[in-house]
This record gives sequence, structure tokens and C-alpha cells, in this order.
Amino acid sequence: MTDSAQALVSDSYKYGFVTDIDEDRAPPGLNEDVIRFISAKKGEPEWLLEWRLGAFGRWQKMSEPKWANVHFPPIDYQAASYYSAPKQKAAPKSIDDVDPELLRTYEKLGIPLHERKALAGVAVDAVFDSVSVATTFKDKLGELGIIFCSFGEAVREHGDLVQQYLGSVVPQGDNFYAALNSAVFSDGSFVYVPPGVRCPMELSTYFRINAAKTGQFERTLVIADKGAYVSYLEGCTAPQRDENQLHAAVVELVALDDAQIKYSTVQNWYPGDAEGRGGIYNFVTKRGACRGARSKISWTQVETGSAITWKYPGCLLEGDDSVGEFYSVAVTNNRQQADTGTKMIHLGRNTRSTIISKGISAGKGQNTYRGLVRVQPKAVNSRNYTQCDSLLIGQKCGAHTVPYIEVRNPSSRVEHEATTSKISEEQMFYCRSRGLSQEDALSLIVNGFCKEVLKELPMEFAVEAQKLLSVSLEGSVG
Amino acid sequence: MLEIKNLHASVDGGREILKGVSLTVRAGEVHAIMGPNGSGKSTLAGILAGRDGYDITRGSVIYDGRDLLAMSPEDRARAGIFLAFQYPVEIPGVNNMYFLRVALNAGRKARGEPELDAGQFLKTVRNKLKLLEIDDDLLQRGVNVGFSGGEKKRNEIFQMAMLEPRLAILDETDSGLDIDALRVVANGINRLRAPNRAIVMITHYQRLLDHVAPDFVHVLSEGRIVRSGDKSLAAELEKTGYAGVGV
Ligand SMILES: Nc1ncnc2c1ncn2[C@@H]1O[C@H](COP(=O)(O)OP(=O)(O)O)[C@@H](O)[C@H]1O
Ligand SMILES: [Mg+2]
Repeated sequence: MTDSAQALVSDSYKYGFVTDIDEDRAPPGLNEDVIRFISAKKGEPEWLLEWRLGAFGRWQKMSEPKWANVHFPPIDYQAASYYSAPKQKAAPKSIDDVDPELLRTYEKLGIPLHERKALAGVAVDAVFDSVSVATTFKDKLGELGIIFCSFGEAVREHGDLVQQYLGSVVPQGDNFYAALNSAVFSDGSFVYVPPGVRCPMELSTYFRINAAKTGQFERTLVIADKGAYVSYLEGCTAPQRDENQLHAAVVELVALDDAQIKYSTVQNWYPGDAEGRGGIYNFVTKRGACRGARSKISWTQVETGSAITWKYPGCLLEGDDSVGEFYSVAVTNNRQQADTGTKMIHLGRNTRSTIISKGISAGKGQNTYRGLVRVQPKAVNSRNYTQCDSLLIGQKCGAHTVPYIEVRNPSSRVEHEATTSKISEEQMFYCRSRGLSQEDALSLIVNGFCKEVLKELPMEFAVEAQKLLSVSLEGSVG
Repeated sequence: MLEIKNLHASVDGGREILKGVSLTVRAGEVHAIMGPNGSGKSTLAGILAGRDGYDITRGSVIYDGRDLLAMSPEDRARAGIFLAFQYPVEIPGVNNMYFLRVALNAGRKARGEPELDAGQFLKTVRNKLKLLEIDDDLLQRGVNVGFSGGEKKRNEIFQMAMLEPRLAILDETDSGLDIDALRVVANGINRLRAPNRAIVMITHYQRLLDHVAPDFVHVLSEGRIVRSGDKSLAAELEKTGYAGVGV
């Protein structure tokens, strides 16, 4: 690549810097000893070590899924290191104990961790490589009985809750990457909102991969007890590196009777360069269980980063009258590949699900929507509405829609609509003839296309997401 | 203000559509271009606004001393050129008001003027609505999405009033309008007539010219201006048809 092209890429991915920090890391490779090492490093109880080893046993017998419409060279799982943590003298008791270099990193990312500087109305858990480095507004949330902390801390302080719910939505052996995560997961966030409590601020986790030659395997568990409400957002970035790095996270959500969880993701992992070198493999399992009656889980995702995205945030609609929603924007530019969608499994009576998916392909990007809607015999009177729109920018990209629809009772109804369109020259010309630059015209048209999804994002992040869309599509017209 | 000299244009790699058009438009003037379907009127309008897909094989267009054909569509817009589209384009999910504000501010920024904030913008919108005597029912909808033909044309006139161009080119803005809508459009054009502004109206019919009196009328036929005159030419056309003027 020429210098000027390099400059362009660096310019468009502004999070590509590396933080120079001492790290504690496991030797490369994966075996039971490494898992014991991770567990010991984290001072985990015996039951969790056993759980990890159980997952590892399953993983060894599994193979990577091959059905997704993505292509990549084989991953050598023995070459990566499965634990990397910034070296800190002792576990930080407050923000003031956190390594200033780390704090500066998050400042650079636009996530100030000092509470007095923090974004109003947003509490943040910052995960750097494999470890949670700081959580803001903990005390304030604690007054309401809300637990918001790193996964590691939850294991230590709220072991019974973790033991009760861990793996209850995504079982250890759910799929290859989930099994791998269950064996080696490092840290992540934990949320518990007690009965009847409405969480007064957005909870947010900011994931950052920094170290080279490691994977990131975080685990998130969110529990909304009866009648509780919580809105949760995750953001992710990584340095620009020529190698591919694996990110295999697991997110489990549990909503009890009348509870609501809104889970939003703005995924901006490094996508690789224009030739497809480097970038994150984002192989993630996310699932929510609407366990209680009248509970509701909404997934909103804006996926602009990663070399490859493989994720299907879904809902198990177990409770009667429960509701699942999935709103997604996925952008693939240059050589990015995305195979993403959702699974809505209707189990309870009168359950409802809505799927709105917007795929945008530019450059040589490949974008696949893959969605399963299954209505079980007992889920009488259930409804699903799916709308799947694809937008193509240029001639060399692709969009694919793969719906799986299984309805096993006669009183339920499933609707599926799909469209594919191109940004028309006439739309671009119309905008430009009113004085908009080419980039602004594209960004306007794309944001209009995604509007139904973007309006689901919490206010504070909607603007960011719009900018991100524009940046991700830079250089795709003209 | 605008000097078109011997303009020849063909569709990319294909047939010649404009076969030597020359036209001079000065500030303050209103020109009407008439002509049968397929004579090249929209092609001329599109080329002036910077639409892609044409080969200019000969001739030149000078706007305010600049080589217009070398400018991007957005630069032309920012320099005061406005095209009211014969077929306005739908942009789903983009609020009409928002679109207008972005467009207005793009021009202001390019001219080094401060951008309008939401409050100032709203005030301007109100003023223009009043001036044009039109309703605000279209403002909160997606740009042209689900608009009737008449609503689209009215929206173009509203955009024109907001953007205050120096050279407005109206491509059949009067087509398909009922008499009330025609009056709105004509009123909008008349309000915009100004000593420092020129208007080029492309139309099929005498009827718009009953409301907006042009200074000059030109007849375009098969890519050439075959007759030019004052507004009496339009009246003659009305009587005798294009055949009567030798088309
Ligand atoms: N992009 C194009 N490709 C091919 N032919 C075109 C294109 N644009 C215009 N034409 C042809 O050029 C001629 C003039 O068209 P147009 O300028 O739209 O006429 P008018 O507006 O006067 O009705 C017509 O024969 C039309 O079919
Ligand atoms: Mg025409």
C-alpha cells in the first residue's frame, strides 16, 4: 500500500493507536494448564474452574461452524495468548489508583473515566484487553441496589447470582466460539437490577483490545429482576494491526416477569485495511431470555467495524406475552464480511418479535442477513414481523438474505419483507445540486436508510453512530 | 451572467442530443424555453446543473466568468445555480426540513457565512412559507416520499425560495398541476424575480406564461434553438402550434 493510502486508512480509523503498557500475559497456547492459570490469576472459586474445564472438554470435540457466508484462512488456536492484562500494582480500589496511561487511553477514545468528567447519565465499565480497569458511578447505582461491576468482581462478591445465571441462556456447548469463551473468558461486565427498579442511567461497557497476538474473550451477564428496567450499551475499538485478532464474546441477558432490557452495541473494531489485511474476527454469541411473563428484550446494533462479523443476537421468548426486538445496521466496506442477523425463538403464548435489519455494502464488502424465526407448538397466537433491507453502493459488493422460518402452530403469524436497492445516481445528484458534497450526500442517504434502527439507540450515542456510518463509508463513492 | 455558446452534447458514447445551443441570460431576466417532447430541454437543464452521463463534444458555458462545465454540481449550487427537477427525487428516512437545513448551511459555509442554528432556520422557513402562501404540511415528511406530483413541484419551489439562487432553472415545474397549485408555483416564481437574479423556465404550455411574463421566449427543437423572441412568440405558439413556427 502506498503511503498516501495508508494515511487515508489511518485517518478513517482514528482508534488505531497502541497503548504502551506493561502486560501480564499467559504463554501462547490452549490447554488445561492455561485455563487453570487464568482461573488462578483471577482467584476464582473451584466451581468456576470446573465449569471452565467442562467447557474446554466440549470445545475440544467441536469444530468451527462452516455454514456462514464468510471466508478466512484457518485460525491457529494454539498460537494466540488467552490472557493479557495491564500490569497494575494492586487491584485498583478507585479511579485514582488506575494507571494514568490507561486513563489517558480512554480519554483518547472519548471515554473519560473520572466521574466528574464523565458523560452525564452514563455509567461506564472499561475493559482493557482482558480486564476491567474501572467502573464509574458504582456507589450511586449501589444506593438503588443495582450491581454494575466487572465480571471478576461479580464472581467474588455475588458468586451465587453468577452461579445461578451463568450459562443459563447460552449453554457452554452452544457453539464452537461460545464453548471457547466459556473455557477461557477473562472479564467483562455484570449487571443486576433488583425487582421494580428502573436503572436511572445508561450502563455502558467500553471494550478495548490493545495487546498484540491475543484474543479477547469477555463475558457479559445482565439480569433484570421482576419489573426492572435497564438500558445497556457496549462500544468497542482496537488498534490497527496487520494480523487478525479473534474476539469471541458471550453476552447473556435474563429478563424476569415484566422486566425490560435494552441492549445496544456500537461495534467499531478495527476492520482491516483496504486490501483486507488485519482486522478483528468478531465471532460473538449474544442471547437474551425473556424468562418472565410480559418481559421484553431489545437488541440494537450498529456494526461498522471488524474484518469479519459473525453474530446473531437472539431472544428466547419463554414467558407468555413476552416481546423480542432486533434492530440492526451492518456496514461492510472494502473487504469486510458480515454474516449477521438474529434468532427469535417463540416458546410462550402470545409472544411477539420484530426484526428490522439494514445491511449496507460498499467496496468489495459482503453482507449477509441470516435470521431464524421459530414458533413452537405451545407459542399460540404469536407474531413476528421481519423487514430486511439491503443497500448497495457500487458494483463489486454483495448483499444476501437468508431467512429461516419455522412455524409450528396454526394460530401464529409470521411476516417477512425484504428489499434490495442501490443508491441511485439521481439521489446523489439531487443532493449535490442542493449544495451537499458527495460525502455528505452519501451520509445523508445512508442515515435515512438506517433511520428506523438509529432511532432505537440511546440519544447520547445516536449522533456518534451516525458519524461512524459516514466514516465507515469514506472513499466508497467518487 | 450565463453565456452558453454553441453547446453540443451527446449521451455517453451515443447519440447527439444538443446540436449547437447558444443562449445568453443576464441578471434580472426571465427566459422561457419551450419545445416539443424529446427536444433536449431537460438535457440542457441537467447539463447546466452538472448531471452526469453526458459528453460535451463542443461549445462552452460561462457562468459569472467561470467555466461552469468544470465545476462539480455542489460547487454550482453553492455559486447560486438551482435546478427545480422535472422529476424530484425521493430520499426515504430523511426529513424534508433537515434536508433543507443541511443544504442551506452547505451553501452558507461555502460562502463564508455563519451557519443557521435551528431557531434561525425555523424563522426563515416561516417567512418563506408566508411569502409563498403555502402550507407547512410537507415539512416533516421524508424528502419527496409519498408526495403527489403537485406536492413535489411545490416542494421544489419552496427549496428554491429557501436557497435564494442567482440563476434558477425550472424544468417543467408547471406540468401536472391543477390551477391552484399552478398559482402557488407562479406566485413563487414572481416573488423571486429580482434585479440580481435570472430565471429560466422550461415549459410546454402557454399557461404558466399567463402568470409569469417572460422577457424572452426560445423554441428548442431537435437540440437547436430555432426561434427566439419576446412573449408574443409564446402567444403565436399557442395559436399555431410548433408546426406553425416551423418546427
Ligand atoms: N441518459 C440518456 N440516455 C439516452 N437517451 C437520453 C438520455 N437522456 C435523454 N435522452 C434522449 O434525449 C432526447 C432529449 O431528452 P430530454 O432532454 O429529456 O427532452 P425534453 O426534456 O425536451 O423532453 C430524448 O430523445 C431522450 O430520449
Ligand atoms: Mg424534460
